[in-house]
Amino acid sequence: MDDAVIRRTISASALFTVAPALAILIGVISLSQFLGLPLPWVRLSVLGALTYELPAAQSAASAMGIQSTATLVTDPQVFSAIAWVMTLGILSGILVVLFGLKKIEHGLDRIRQKDAKKSSLLMDSLFLGMICAFTGLLFADIQQGLPGMIPIAVALVSMILMALCGLMIRRLHVKWLEQYALPLCMLGGMIAAIPLTQLMGG
Amino acid sequence: MAKNTMKPQTYTEATHFYGRLWTSFAILMFLMIPMAVSVHYNAWPPLTDVLRGLMGVAPVFWTVGVIEVFTYAPMLGTGGTYLAFVTGSLSSLKVPCVLNALDAAGVKPGTEEGEALSTIAVATSSLVTTLVIALGVFGIGFLQPILENPVLAPAFDNIMPALMGSLALVYFSKNWKLALTPLICMIALFVCVPSLAGSVGILVPVSALIALGAGLLLQKAGLLDSKKDSSTTTDKDA
Repeated sequence: MDDAVIRRTISASALFTVAPALAILIGVISLSQFLGLPLPWVRLSVLGALTYELPAAQSAASAMGIQSTATLVTDPQVFSAIAWVMTLGILSGILVVLFGLKKIEHGLDRIRQKDAKKSSLLMDSLFLGMICAFTGLLFADIQQGLPGMIPIAVALVSMILMALCGLMIRRLHVKWLEQYALPLCMLGGMIAAIPLTQLMGG
Repeated sequence: MAKNTMKPQTYTEATHFYGRLWTSFAILMFLMIPMAVSVHYNAWPPLTDVLRGLMGVAPVFWTVGVIEVFTYAPMLGTGGTYLAFVTGSLSSLKVPCVLNALDAAGVKPGTEEGEALSTIAVATSSLVTTLVIALGVFGIGFLQPILENPVLAPAFDNIMPALMGSLALVYFSKNWKLALTPLICMIALFVCVPSLAGSVGILVPVSALIALGAGLLLQKAGLLDSKKDSSTTTDKDA
């Protein structure tokens, strides 16, 4: 494989990661008001996600009789219970990877060897299945009226930017954009979300 | 002698060997965190409270965790899967990052090139995330007012729509016939049952199965030319 492809993959992946990583950092900051800095820092740097860590902490705190996540936990037993629940509640995936990934890959290889056409369709279905599910999610708040349509408007801006990038790549042969189009369009969509939210009353 | 029998033979075998080894260490390290908290403060929470806390999240997140392996492992490749399942943030970061890397290089998952590029993409993304969080924590006094500024809040609230908009255009334009049925089903589902938003992880494989079923029907009817239409992960255009 060409070294340039590897270098471009590294730089594009790094650029792509910055904005979501800042969102994770915001999660660390918001959780720190409840749990202090070290635990959210460690938890959000490894297996898990912002969408998991907060409900897990809330569930454990609630089991220990604490309903508010706005004040700092000072009881060691409550803190310990939260740390255990946050850790144990997310381990299933990594355990399946540890004990089952090899078997899953053998199964995929068998499908590939048996029927290449169906294997290709399966891969495409997995990719599109994920994208369709998350695209459908953008419509979840549509019943709230205009503010509920902000995610759709942001996605449309991002789509338009990607279409423009596509045109620049194909018509104007701006080759470097191939790697950077997605992170740049994502950033463009995020920036557009600021005036769109004001305009649409979010 | 023992060293020879343990030695992995191929790249894939070596990746599984080291992947399992380091994943085991990672799980051990994860468990050491609450263990250290309990030992340091001599605070052992009642098992019933931990179980009650787990009951609030485990039924959903254990299910999602298992489903994610089957859904994302074929996309991430062997090395990428081991790395991504240790470092987390799969659907919002690691998987789109790999999709971007493979698409931009015009490489298909499941190939040697795909395996190498997805591992590099996940590794880069993991290192950058760790670095950004670490720098952010050390510079929290300076960064907190900026990141928590209400003006910027909509930008960070809309990362997924901003990401999905461009990803959707790339993948739907390449394979719109296959995307149409699951897209309509998912939009209808979330419009009718908005409360499903919290279970999107479970709906990913449902959506994939709908796409697969629709694809098989389209193939049977001759409406899906495998070379032209079923090439979501190989075409190079943006």
